[in-house]
Amino acid sequence: MNLSNYLVLASLLFAIGTATVLLRRNAIIVFMGVELMLNAANLLLVTFARIHGDLQGQVMAFFVMVVAAAEVVVGLAIIVSIFRTRRSASVDDVNLLKN
Amino acid sequence: MPILRLLELAQAQQQAASGFFQSSAWLLVAIPLLSAAFLLLAGKRADRWGHWVGVAASGLAFLFGLGVTVSLLGDDAATRVRSLHLFSWIPAGSLHLDAGMRLDPLSLTFVLLVTFVGTLIHVYSVAYMEQDPSRRRFFAYLNFFIAAMLLLVLADSYLLLFVGWEGVGLASYLLIGFWNHETPNAVAAKKAFVMNRVGDLGLIVALMLMFATFGAVDFTTVFHAAPAASSGLLTATGLMLLLAACGKSAQFPLQAWLGDAMAGPTPVSALIHAATMVTAGVYLVVRSAPIFEGAPTAQLVVVIVGGVTLIFGAIVGLAKDDIKKALAASTTSQIGYMILAAGLGPVGYALAIFHLVTHGFFKAGLFLGAGSVMHGMDDQVDMRRFGALRKFLPFTWATFALGWLAILGIPPFSGFWSKDKIIEAAFVGDGWRPWVFGLVALIGAGITAFYMSRLFFMTYHGTERWTNDQHPHESPRLMTVPMIVLAVGSAAVGGLLSIGGAFTIWLEPVTGHHEHGEPVLSVPVITVATLALVLAGVFFAWRQYAVSTVPTTPPLASGMTRAARRDLYQDEVNEAVFMRPGQYLTRSLVYADRRVLDAGVNGLGRLVAASGEVLRRLQNGFARTYAATMVAGLLILLVVVLVFQS
Amino acid sequence: MTQLSVLLSLPASITSGGNVSSGETALFWVLAPLMVFGALGLLFARKAVHAALGIVLVMISLAFLYTAQEAPFLGVVQVVVYTGAVMMLFVFVLMLVGVDNSDSLVETLKGQRWIGAILGLGIAAALIGVIRTATFDQARGLTAPNADSNPVGVARVIFGQDIFAFEVVGVLLITAALGALVLTHRQRLVPRVGQKERADARVASGGRLAPLAAPGVYAGSNALDTPALDPEGRPIEESVPRVLRIRGQRRSVAEVQAQIGGTAAVAPAQIEEGSQP
Repeated sequence: MNLSNYLVLASLLFAIGTATVLLRRNAIIVFMGVELMLNAANLLLVTFARIHGDLQGQVMAFFVMVVAAAEVVVGLAIIVSIFRTRRSASVDDVNLLKN
Repeated sequence: MPILRLLELAQAQQQAASGFFQSSAWLLVAIPLLSAAFLLLAGKRADRWGHWVGVAASGLAFLFGLGVTVSLLGDDAATRVRSLHLFSWIPAGSLHLDAGMRLDPLSLTFVLLVTFVGTLIHVYSVAYMEQDPSRRRFFAYLNFFIAAMLLLVLADSYLLLFVGWEGVGLASYLLIGFWNHETPNAVAAKKAFVMNRVGDLGLIVALMLMFATFGAVDFTTVFHAAPAASSGLLTATGLMLLLAACGKSAQFPLQAWLGDAMAGPTPVSALIHAATMVTAGVYLVVRSAPIFEGAPTAQLVVVIVGGVTLIFGAIVGLAKDDIKKALAASTTSQIGYMILAAGLGPVGYALAIFHLVTHGFFKAGLFLGAGSVMHGMDDQVDMRRFGALRKFLPFTWATFALGWLAILGIPPFSGFWSKDKIIEAAFVGDGWRPWVFGLVALIGAGITAFYMSRLFFMTYHGTERWTNDQHPHESPRLMTVPMIVLAVGSAAVGGLLSIGGAFTIWLEPVTGHHEHGEPVLSVPVITVATLALVLAGVFFAWRQYAVSTVPTTPPLASGMTRAARRDLYQDEVNEAVFMRPGQYLTRSLVYADRRVLDAGVNGLGRLVAASGEVLRRLQNGFARTYAATMVAGLLILLVVVLVFQS
Repeated sequence: MTQLSVLLSLPASITSGGNVSSGETALFWVLAPLMVFGALGLLFARKAVHAALGIVLVMISLAFLYTAQEAPFLGVVQVVVYTGAVMMLFVFVLMLVGVDNSDSLVETLKGQRWIGAILGLGIAAALIGVIRTATFDQARGLTAPNADSNPVGVARVIFGQDIFAFEVVGVLLITAALGALVLTHRQRLVPRVGQKERADARVASGGRLAPLAAPGVYAGSNALDTPALDPEGRPIEESVPRVLRIRGQRRSVAEVQAQIGGTAAVAPAQIEEGSQP
C-alpha cells in the first residue's frame, strides 16, 4: 500500500468537513466541521513527516492541535453568549451584515 | 547694399544709455502708469481734480521724451541707438530675456508723437468730458493707454513689445466701451478686442517662430541673425507679423472693427484710433525691417495689403454719413498708404514713418474738430443734419480746414510732403509693380480728396439742415486751443521736417541709408497728376455738396454706393466666414462634450454604481454564503496551480 | 509503565520505517471506511449529538492512525486533548444550547445545497487529483529521529528549534482562556430575585401567601389525586398535580368523604357546587 492512501483519506475528510461548514445551519455542527478539517490537515502533516523522515511535521501537527484547542474554547464561548441573547444557534440568524 | 548697411548698424551700435534722461527713460512708462493706478484707486474725492493729474502725467511724459530726444541729438548719428537695461526678466532654460528699452530715433519719434498729441487730447478731454461723472476713470484709462503705447515703442524685445501691444488693446477696449451702459458700445468694444486678438495670434506665432529659429526674441539677437536664416522661415515670420499689424492697424482683412470703435468718446477716437494705436502696426513692420528684407514674398504681400486697404477705406468713406465713421474709413485708408510704403523696402520706411507723423497731427485735429462739431450740435453725428456751420463754429472751421488741406496733400501743407513722396516711391521698381502700386496710390489720393471734401462741405457749407432745436455754438477754450495747436502742426510739420531731408537723416540709424530709385514716371509728372486728381475731387465734391442741396435722408443709390454704405459688406463676410462657423464649432463642441464626454464619464459612474448594486447582493449577511465564496476561491486557485504546474 | 512501553513499541511492530507492513495495511483499510462513515455522519446527522458521536469516532480512529505512522506521542495527545477535552467541550456546549435543537431539513439559502455539494466534491476531486499526479520520494520513515523514542525526538524539536513558537502558543492558550471567561461572563442586569423579593411580589399581586399545601392535607386521604381542603373546607384545585387535572383523574371530595366518614363543616354537595371561583 502506498503512503499516499493516507493523503487521499485526509483529502476526503477535509472535503467532508468543508461540505459540513457550507451545508449545516447549526453553529456547533459547523464548528465541528472545522475541527474535522483541522484533523484532516494533521493527518496529512504526520504522513508527510513520515515520508520526509523529519519530525518537523509532527511538531507542526502538535501546534495545530494546541491552536485548535484555543480556537474551540473561544468559538464555543462566542456561540454560548450569542445563544444566550438570541436563543438561537443557527448561523443564518446572525445576518446583520446584510448588504 | 541696404541689407549690409543695416547689419553694420545693428552690430555697431549697442551702446548703453548714458546721461540722466536716457538712463531714466523708464520713467516714460512709469509716470503715466502710476498716474493711471492712482486715478483708479483714488475714489470719488479725486473727481474734482483727478483729470489735471492725468494731464500733468501726460505732459511730464512729453517733456521727458523731449529731454531724451535732445540728449540723443547731442550724439553723432552713429551712436544714436542706445539700450537701457532694466531688469532680468525671463531666465528660463535656454531663453534669457532681459527687460530693457531701446532708445533710437524710431522709438523716440513715436514717443514724441504719442505724448505730444496725447497731452493735447488730454487737455481737450477736460472740457469735452466735463458733463460725464466718470471723467476721472476716463483719464485713468487714457494714461494707461499712454503708458502701454510707450512701452510698446520703447521695448527692446518682441516679447516686451507684446506686453505693450496687449496693454494698448486693453486700453482700447476699456475706452471704446467707456459708456458701456449702452449695449451697442459694449458690443463694439468686444468686436474690436476680438479682431485684435486674431492679430495677436499672428504676433504670438511670430514670437514662437523667432524663438525656434533664433533662440531669442530680443531685437538685437534677431536682427543680427536674420540675414542668415532661411527665406522660408523669414517669410512665415514676416507674414505673421503682418497679420498682427493688420489686426492692430485695421488693415484688410481685419478692418471691420474700426468703424464700430467710433462708439467711444471722440477724444478716444482721436488719440487711439487715429494718431497712435492704429499706427502700432506700422511701427511693427518698420521695426522688423531686417526680417522683411530677407523675405521678398512677405514684402510683396505687405504692399498688396496696403494697396487693397487704401482703396477699400476710400470707397467706404465715400458713402458714410456719420462724420466719425467717415473719418475712421479715412484712417484705414491712410494707414494703408503707410503699410504700402513700409512694404516697398528701405525706400519706403522713412516715408511711412513720416506720413505717420503728419497723419497723426492732421487726423487727430480732424477728429477733435468733429468732436467740437458734435459738442456744438448736441452729439449729432449725421452729416446730413449739419450744414452751414462755418459761421457758428469759426475756430473749428479754420482748424478743420487746415487738416482737410493737409490730408488732401495740397502744398505746402504736411500731407503733400509725406503722401506725395509715398506715391513717388510707389512708382519705383521693375516690371508691373510700380505701375500697379503707383496707380493705386494715385487713384486713392483722388478718391481721398473727394470724400474728405464731401465731408468738409456737408458739415460746414451748403444749407442748414439741422433738426429743430439745434443751437450750434463754438467750443470752450480748452477744446479750441489743442485744435489750433494741431492745426498748426498739420500745416507746418511736414514742411519743416522735410527741410534738407532732416527727418530721413534722423531715422537713418534705424532704417539705413539708401539711394532714391528713379520712378517710372518722372517726378514732376507724378506731382502734377496727383494735384490734378485732387483738385478734380474737390471740385466735384463742391459741386455736389456745397452748391446743390443735400438730401437729409440717404437717397436711393446704385449698388456700389449701397455696398459702400454697408462697409462693402465686411460684417456680413466676417459673420459668414468666421462667426457662424465659429459658433457652429462651439455649439458642436459643447454638444460633443455633453453627449460624448459627459455621457462617457457619467456613464462610467453609473456603471460603477450599477455594478456596486449588483455586487451588493453578494453580501446577503449569511455566513454560509461567505464560506461558500471562500471555498470556491480556494478551489479555483487549486485548479489553476494544478493546471499551470503540469 | 509497562503499558506505556508496550504502547511505544507498538509502532515498531506495525511499521518499519517507510515500508508499510501488512498489519498497517489491514489497520488502514479497516479504519478508513469507518472514518469516512463517521465524517458523513457528521455531515448528515439530524441530531447534533449524533454528529458529535460521529466526529469522536473519526478522532479516535485518527489516534490509531497516528500511532501506526510512528507518531505515538501525537496519538496520545489526540486522544487526551482533542477527543477528551475538545470534544467534551463540544458536548457540554451542546447540552447548554439545547440537545433538542435539531436542524430542519429545509434549506433556507437558495441553491446552497447544490453549491455545497459541488464545492465539496470539487475540493475532494482537486486534492485527490493533486495527490494522484504527484510523485513522492521513497518514504524514509522516522526510525532515525525516533531513535530515542518519539516523545524525546519531538521534544528535541519543540524545545530546540521551535521554542519561540512554543512560548507564543502558551501565551495564546492563556489569552484563549481569558477570552472565554470574558465572553461568557454574565453581568446581572436586574438584581437577583431572592426569597424576600419573591414574598413581597406575592403579597403585592394578592396571590396566596402561604405555600401550596401538599395534596391530601386536611383531607381524609393523602393520595395524589385528592385535593387538599382549605380551612373552610373547600377543595384547593392547585394541590392536585396539573397532569392529573388535565387527565381528569382528580377525585372529588365526596368520593373520599364516603370512605373516611367524619363530618365536614360544610355539606359535601354544597362544597362541590359552591366551589371557589
